[in-house]
Amino acid sequence: MEPFERYRDVVDDFEAFIDACRRSLPMAVRVNTLKATPEQVERAFDEAGVGYERADWHPHVVRVETDTPGATWPSIHGWVHGQEEVSTIPGTVLAPEPGDRVLDACAAPGSKATQLAAEMDDAGTLVANDNNLGRLSALRFNCERLGVTNVAVTNRDARNFSLKPFAAGGEHEGPQFDRVLVDAPCSCEGTIRKNPDALDGWSEDHVAGIAGVQKGILRRAIQVTRDGGQVVYSTCTFAPEENEAVLDHVLEREDCRLVDYDLALEHDDGLTEWRDTEFDPQVAKAKRVYPHQNDTGGFFTAKLEVSA
Amino acid sequence: MSENDGQRFDRLPATAAEREVDGRATREEVVDWWADRFGISPETFDDHTFWEKGAGKIWIFAGDAPSPITIEGLGMTFLRTRQEHWKPTTDAVQRFGRLATKNVFELTDEQAERFVDGQDQEIPYDGDWGYVIAAHELAGEREPIGVGLYVYGELKSTVPKGRQRSV
Ligand SMILES: C[S@@+](CC[C@H](N)C(=O)[O-])C[C@H]1O[C@@H](n2cnc3c(N)ncnc32)[C@H](O)[C@@H]1O
Repeated sequence: MEPFERYRDVVDDFEAFIDACRRSLPMAVRVNTLKATPEQVERAFDEAGVGYERADWHPHVVRVETDTPGATWPSIHGWVHGQEEVSTIPGTVLAPEPGDRVLDACAAPGSKATQLAAEMDDAGTLVANDNNLGRLSALRFNCERLGVTNVAVTNRDARNFSLKPFAAGGEHEGPQFDRVLVDAPCSCEGTIRKNPDALDGWSEDHVAGIAGVQKGILRRAIQVTRDGGQVVYSTCTFAPEENEAVLDHVLEREDCRLVDYDLALEHDDGLTEWRDTEFDPQVAKAKRVYPHQNDTGGFFTAKLEVSA
Repeated sequence: MSENDGQRFDRLPATAAEREVDGRATREEVVDWWADRFGISPETFDDHTFWEKGAGKIWIFAGDAPSPITIEGLGMTFLRTRQEHWKPTTDAVQRFGRLATKNVFELTDEQAERFVDGQDQEIPYDGDWGYVIAAHELAGEREPIGVGLYVYGELKSTVPKGRQRSV
């Protein structure tokens, strides 16, 4: 937990934060509304004798009392997908609608992509991209198991994501997106409860390196979004260098602004300063979720609108 | 007639009259196959397009895309053609099999557990031989599990290794 010392002054009740990071995480699943309702899932868990509790902040998140939700009928049928509670935040904030054109820029292994497809009711196009081919096969497996048919899978570096493959005959580029999710690669500090070795290899250099990639991915995401469209940026880490500093960098260079959104989980606002750096005050509209606030993993989510 | 190119997705021709690639299934043949085999009406697929990538592998995609398109995936693998007996995928059957009115095997709890574990089992049945939908009751409804091959009084499970589970 050594690297977390630097958050002592920004996290309220730092001791409770560290305590929570030491505890293992409750198992949760997301109901896949393409195949089942929460009521059907609960009835199936009742039949299997598996205990559960619905999350009060999200109608499709269910905490389950089994270590192997994958070996239950609701999972075999793709009615549920094992997914950490906080991992459902960005899809809920992006809230795509049926018929939208949506990009998930860093999509593998597809927990959030399949959630986006469900929010779209499998109508409209979801482009799920990742630069890692091996992880893309896990994404395809998950999409198929959950019954998604509106996903187009691409294998690109998101920093230079191309619209060309989707160009109609005679056109040079395919259409821009209505909504884009950037669930960026990150230093994963917030997954410590699931992966006790998440901090192995942590260093400020590593953080700085990833932040460079994140900036490139978010800038490209804004460029491929239509005017008035929305982009959600999320990470599962606390490091301000990978969160508010990335937003600050992009706000300065691309035509976009941060927007408010509701989140029915306890959270903190984005940090407007870190060490000696002050950020664009808009970054306060981002939200930080710490493990001790709701007994979850840690997460960071910001919503941007591309200016018309 | 040209050859199938395994590296890209090509939309299926609507009918045989529009076929340009040798041996390629048509949209009409695909939806008719689901209607003949499982009683699933062709209108079920009105909002979907069908694509071939890799010889005989048919994919189902919600909506449309330019054809051909060279990307990693387009919708869901749906049906295996270019062989004597066409074979639906587990995922397609799980997604669309609730609508089936024939060639559905309703399994007991124990039979369903053996089936999803990949085991073959002898079960008396008076329907057609060939690929069938194995289903069971879950939360009060008949729910498809996967594809079985029924021959000589035996239901063979074709649930792929990666989807087999011991419940
Ligand atoms: C946090 S994970 C995404 C998790 C995924 N959104 C989900 O919910 O299942 C970050 C992903 O970014 C991918 N990635 C890393 N660098 C990338 C780049 N330059 N372009 C595209 N994807 C990248 C990684 O392969 C990894 O799968």
